[in-house]
Amino acid sequence: MEAVKMMQTMTPDDTKPVNFTVKAPVYLQIGDTKADTAHSGVCVVDVNLPFGKPVNIEEVTFKNYYTAYVTVRLLRRNPEQEAPAKWCTALRDLPLMDNPHTERGSQDYYTIHRTQMQVEPDHVVCVRLILRQPSLAWLTFSLEDIKIFPHTEPDPEKEVSDWLSDLTLIDQHPDLEGLPDPQTVSSSIQQMWALTEVMQTNQTTASIGRFDVDGCYDISLLSLT
Amino acid sequence: MDEGIELSLTIAQIIQRLRGSHLHSQIERQAKECLHQPDVKLESLKEDVRSFLKTSGWERKLQNAVYRELHIQLPPRHPPAPPEHLKEPLAYMRKAQASWEKRVLKSLNSMSTELGVPLAHMRPAAEQKELTNKWNEMGTDEPDLSRFRPVYAPKDFLEVLIGLRNPNHDSSEDISARSHWGLIQVPLNVRDIPHLREAYSELNLTSGQMGIDDHALIHPDLFENEYVQIGKKVVMEEDSAAAQQYSRQGCPTGLRADLWALILNATNQPQDVMHYEQLKAGVIQHNLLVDNLIYKDVKLTASNDDYYFVFEDFLYQVLLCFSRDTAVLEHFKYNSATPPKSYIQGKVGDEECAVVYPPNGVIPFHGFSMYVAPLCFLYNEPSKLYNVFREMYIRYFFRLHSISSHPSGILSLCLQFERLLQTHLPQLFYHLRQIGVQPLRLAFKWMVRAFSGYLSTDQLLLLWDRILGYDSLEVVAVLAAAVFAFRAENLMEVTSLASAEAVLADLSTLKVMPLIQVFLFATAM
Repeated sequence: MEAVKMMQTMTPDDTKPVNFTVKAPVYLQIGDTKADTAHSGVCVVDVNLPFGKPVNIEEVTFKNYYTAYVTVRLLRRNPEQEAPAKWCTALRDLPLMDNPHTERGSQDYYTIHRTQMQVEPDHVVCVRLILRQPSLAWLTFSLEDIKIFPHTEPDPEKEVSDWLSDLTLIDQHPDLEGLPDPQTVSSSIQQMWALTEVMQTNQTTASIGRFDVDGCYDISLLSLT
Repeated sequence: MDEGIELSLTIAQIIQRLRGSHLHSQIERQAKECLHQPDVKLESLKEDVRSFLKTSGWERKLQNAVYRELHIQLPPRHPPAPPEHLKEPLAYMRKAQASWEKRVLKSLNSMSTELGVPLAHMRPAAEQKELTNKWNEMGTDEPDLSRFRPVYAPKDFLEVLIGLRNPNHDSSEDISARSHWGLIQVPLNVRDIPHLREAYSELNLTSGQMGIDDHALIHPDLFENEYVQIGKKVVMEEDSAAAQQYSRQGCPTGLRADLWALILNATNQPQDVMHYEQLKAGVIQHNLLVDNLIYKDVKLTASNDDYYFVFEDFLYQVLLCFSRDTAVLEHFKYNSATPPKSYIQGKVGDEECAVVYPPNGVIPFHGFSMYVAPLCFLYNEPSKLYNVFREMYIRYFFRLHSISSHPSGILSLCLQFERLLQTHLPQLFYHLRQIGVQPLRLAFKWMVRAFSGYLSTDQLLLLWDRILGYDSLEVVAVLAAAVFAFRAENLMEVTSLASAEAVLADLSTLKVMPLIQVFLFATAM
């Protein structure tokens, strides 16, 4: 059931990302900032969550742009205690590019889920992303499209029965977003055999093969747009 | 992403793709029919049906189908990645591919306008009848192809690859620590010999190889006999995954056709034959400008080749049908290229009249027919030959003529070739550059065709065994570097481009496996 719950919260349709403000990224330098022409290899991006509304984070998603490693630090304020907010490290030096000098991973999309973090990302007031790119090969590096999704408590109704809820998921989401969990996949394959008639009315990915439009395939010019 | 979730996603994707397929309905039918059998009992229905499917070989067929899907499947991604990212993750490469495609389309449009030949039109009934009668001997036709020219040649494509730049790459003079002597200026991940030794461990000096240890002078009991016995078992088991693993050490000539068909899961069932007949009908009905390009290509390349001219008719039968096959359009999900679009009867903008041209979205270039020619030695039945070729194209060959960052893409192969040469034959590379020769300009034409037409056929098939066995085109780059290593002494003595070309002109006497083996496992590190 855990996997089912996790996948339900994963779909962006259900959860909206948190609105926040991102401060301009600060590229760190050693020594005199004005005289130095060397590229910076470290960048700090502060994500300030809405004031007065600490967030319990489900996951952080972003698109990479030539960052090699990212460290995630969280400023958490425990609502019960009077103590001031404290910084902690949720993830240290997660590699985004397996070789900082080469392209692989440089423009990929990443998700950091709360289960990957070393601390519980609850009551978070500010997220600090520390980006590192030690290679001189690149002119700049950053993260784009940073989104933070809040943790939502799973809906108790959905625990009715495994196979019933999974069949419902298949009906509602014929594409990838409604997914059965590993245990029920094998049982639903057997049920597929029994429910063939129902399945046949769903869309299939088998191709049809016609390339013409009602028998006509007269073409004079290719479209360049 | 969590492994359990990734697995569920992958399984769900595969189920969706196989659902509604012919195999699905065949297995259903088998399962229903087996209910009549006495050993299938109601109390243990599920287990009995499953064990029936296992013993009758249907479970193995399903396994092979799943294995095939895994080859062409995109890795599961969290929803944020848009479809174009799955085709090619790097934005500047997508842009370069798009502008290259635009050039090609413009060229095709102007050819059509200048020659006054429409891109596609319905054949008149008389012509259709004539073509049907002549289907098995299209090679005897001598149409006037002098006005047609190939849309592009590999060297045009090479210039585009050389010009590729990453806008975020710092190419200022200060960066000299990793100076690169070659033409490719894009920092892709390519593997060097230590990594290649790990990945291609079955090719090491202590393992038997077809192409080395099956030599006439070596007693067959030392390797060949036993290897052939294992091969026969693999074919009998009908297991795709086992066939792929087996192929890494090469395929015995007598078993190769069956082994490749297994690896590619290319069956020749009635529905495949019917599909091929449907494509043939498409060829007969409509005449495409692209057909003339195919004719010209075959006449210029395969027909002039000592090994392949006998297969001229087969090549037309395969390539013309290939152009009509809309099933090929699926591979554009993971190909950085995009199929060209057009509108019938000039109704531009009317989406109801939007079509893909040619129907399979692939515009052939000079030398394209050489991808098919070697397969003619293995398969003489047109629909089987067609299925094998199509599967090879959508798994491997498309990567040789599109711009992408994939490790098997032509760009990575070019960079890997140059890096291997610079790292392990630096004197040779330096010497060639001194006389104004860039090694890639000599090796590119070999790699773009996966050496088809340059090696003797038996050697070529041994190379393609490894492409299939390792599911990667890397061996092509390794062989290109190995050829330079082999001819290094001669190349060190040349003083001009023309003499360098002469040294590398004839590869027909080369034995590929010893070259690859020595280059990978005997190069001093």
